Amino acid sequence: MTETVTSLERLAQEAAQTATHGNTDPHGDEGERYTAVNSEKNRPLYASRIKVYPKLVHGTFRRLKWFVMVVTLAIYYVTPWLRWDRGPGLPDQAVLLDFPSRRFYFFFLEIWPQEFYYVTGLLILASLGLFLVTSVAGRVWCGYACPQTVWTDLFIHVERFIEGDRAKRIRLDKSPWSAGKLARKLAKHFVWLLIAVATGGAWVFYFADAPTLAGELLSFEAPAAAYLFIGLFTATTYTLGGIAREQVCIYMCPWPRIQGAMFDEDSLLVSYKEDRGETRGPHKKGTSWEGRGDCIDCGQCVAACPMGIDIRDGMQLECIQCALCIDACDEIMDRVERPRGLIAYDTFRNQERRRTGESPRLDIVRPRTILYAAALFLVITIMLVALANRSTLDVSVLADRNPLFVTLSDGSIRNGYQVKIVNKEHSARTYRISLEGLDGAILTRPALSGEDETIIAVEADKLANARFFVSLPPEHLDALSGGEADMAFVVTDIESGKIATRTTSFRGPKQ
Amino acid sequence: MSEKHKDEVTGVETTGHSWDGIRELNNPLPKWWIYTFYATCIWAAVYWVVMPAWPYLSLDGWTYTKGVIGYEQRDVVTGEIEAIAAGRADTMQKIATTPLPEIAADPGLMEVALGAGRAAFGDNCAPCHGSGAQGSKGFPNLNDDEWLWGGTLDDIHTTLQHGIRWDADDNTRFNIMMAYGRDGILSRAEVSDVAEYVLSLSGGSENADAVSRGADIFQSQCVACHGEAGKGNQELGAPDLTDAIWLYGGDKTDIVETVSNGRSGVMPAWGERLDEGTIKALTLYVYTLGGGQ
Repeated sequence: MTETVTSLERLAQEAAQTATHGNTDPHGDEGERYTAVNSEKNRPLYASRIKVYPKLVHGTFRRLKWFVMVVTLAIYYVTPWLRWDRGPGLPDQAVLLDFPSRRFYFFFLEIWPQEFYYVTGLLILASLGLFLVTSVAGRVWCGYACPQTVWTDLFIHVERFIEGDRAKRIRLDKSPWSAGKLARKLAKHFVWLLIAVATGGAWVFYFADAPTLAGELLSFEAPAAAYLFIGLFTATTYTLGGIAREQVCIYMCPWPRIQGAMFDEDSLLVSYKEDRGETRGPHKKGTSWEGRGDCIDCGQCVAACPMGIDIRDGMQLECIQCALCIDACDEIMDRVERPRGLIAYDTFRNQERRRTGESPRLDIVRPRTILYAAALFLVITIMLVALANRSTLDVSVLADRNPLFVTLSDGSIRNGYQVKIVNKEHSARTYRISLEGLDGAILTRPALSGEDETIIAVEADKLANARFFVSLPPEHLDALSGGEADMAFVVTDIESGKIATRTTSFRGPKQ
Repeated sequence: MSEKHKDEVTGVETTGHSWDGIRELNNPLPKWWIYTFYATCIWAAVYWVVMPAWPYLSLDGWTYTKGVIGYEQRDVVTGEIEAIAAGRADTMQKIATTPLPEIAADPGLMEVALGAGRAAFGDNCAPCHGSGAQGSKGFPNLNDDEWLWGGTLDDIHTTLQHGIRWDADDNTRFNIMMAYGRDGILSRAEVSDVAEYVLSLSGGSENADAVSRGADIFQSQCVACHGEAGKGNQELGAPDLTDAIWLYGGDKTDIVETVSNGRSGVMPAWGERLDEGTIKALTLYVYTLGGGQ
């Protein structure tokens, strides 16, 4: 215990020294002085990036982040290997984006190109979900689930494992090159590359049968595109997760700019409780807490921050709200025997309430969240209705335009039609084609086109294209009084009796 | 005008320009951004040298820098077309050597044949027969069920191969519809009467006297080719005069003109110009347009 206090006092003293001496080196001589390199007052002067050395913390949120990391990475790596039986001749991969045959498979759902609005719907759901979560609890997505955060966290962990924690890493970077330093750096970049290759490698499995492709990849028989994309994603994972890190969030990502429109005074944001923390300053064990704030200015929140900011400066664009500073501060508060939560999920309004002596409370249900939740619910309902009514038989009829009609030798008028039948069932079907709404019309197929003229067989999950002629004998030409008559193609699934009707026009010379 | 100005809130110098009172902070750019920018500049310079890039005026008119690797998009297209033709060569060869009914019975071969036929039709036949093979006055509609020279696969193939009244081909299809009026074989009145009779064959005449006069003339002059009942003869290329289809028009005036001046439409012998595979493909395509027999 004595030792802990001593180390704490040392931390505080050194932090104070940095403040008074105004050392321009943001990481100090030994890396034990904590400066927020991306805080507003340090920012404008630099042009090149100043490396951030996040320190390991322990606590609720760190544990939560480990958990989320494991779950999200597991989803990413395992999903392509899940199987889902769809019957013979169809892929048995649960999630498969099959571009060559233009089908997206998601478990029970199969999306054809013309049904791409389901994907649009999913994207709308994702954005509305993001709005709702953000209005309730800030940048939860950024802080926990965003791939950039997850992979950066993983890469930092590798770095920490090989090079040591913050202080060691700073010292290592400052030290002259040696065999040991080189070995550590090489080891780190090697592991990073391994992770990057695995990331790119998992990506391509979403676009082809995973076990087959895995075999092909290992025997160097996979398509060039597979290697290309693995290379591409290896490069981006390594660059964005290992090297660019917080710069992706600060400079490249649009979300930090948009999020301001989703927050309000009642959103739970990772914040420093200024009312409780100030006036900050080093604290000697045993001295009174009267007349001062709880912040002992130890800089642990800054040291833990993967974005290189000081949460005590208030809400800022750079903060991804990963909550690691909460863990860092809670550890310190426990040690100095003050209540936890000096840095915590807090709302602007509660800060205000405490300042004016009111008791803080949470307003999660408010117009903004109700609106987002209602919109979310609405889109979910629309999607479910669309999904429930998804047809498994689509028919389209296209009348010939060149020529519009043909006069036959007996004086009949003949029109040609292109009929497309989409069979979304997972089994082969036969369909009977018939006409409706035009008396005397005769349905035929062009010469050489098949045996039974009005029966069309369509393989499972395929589209068939058939040409039809409709002839109207001379005695029925009165129907063409205006040069055209309405009629319909009726397509009946012989097995299930399901019927699809498509209206079209029959054209001829004006009678 | 640009002038030194410092933003009060951030303490950062601005670019000095003011747009409706809005000023832009002159923060330094991140280095990675600058390096990316330089990389794209270098890329552009290399690209100018390697690829076709800059237009310039030479003594021969406008031209452009060709680039050191000699890339030319036209060559790419030519190469692609050759590659496709090479890829199709086997199938087209197979189509050329397979009898027509066997091609028709093979769905895979038929698909290629119809596609090739459609393309060849657009390139060679559409100028006269129309892009939809709908024909026009004097050029037969190939969608209908009337055929001058026969609508079986073999008939169509022969017509395509040797053409009609195509002098350069010894086996070309040939007949003569004489110019009865112009050559003085029939008088104007007789031509009019026979036209009335021809109209009556498809129920289009109301002049019974002229019809009966015309019937006699028809029997003496026309039956040799068009047959006793006017049903025509595909062996001779004589059209059926009783149906609803008229190549040169079915009005009295049209028929009088036909009888007076004769008709002698010409179709090239495509055997001279197209290979056997393409002619077979065209045969099948035309056959499936709706009139094949």
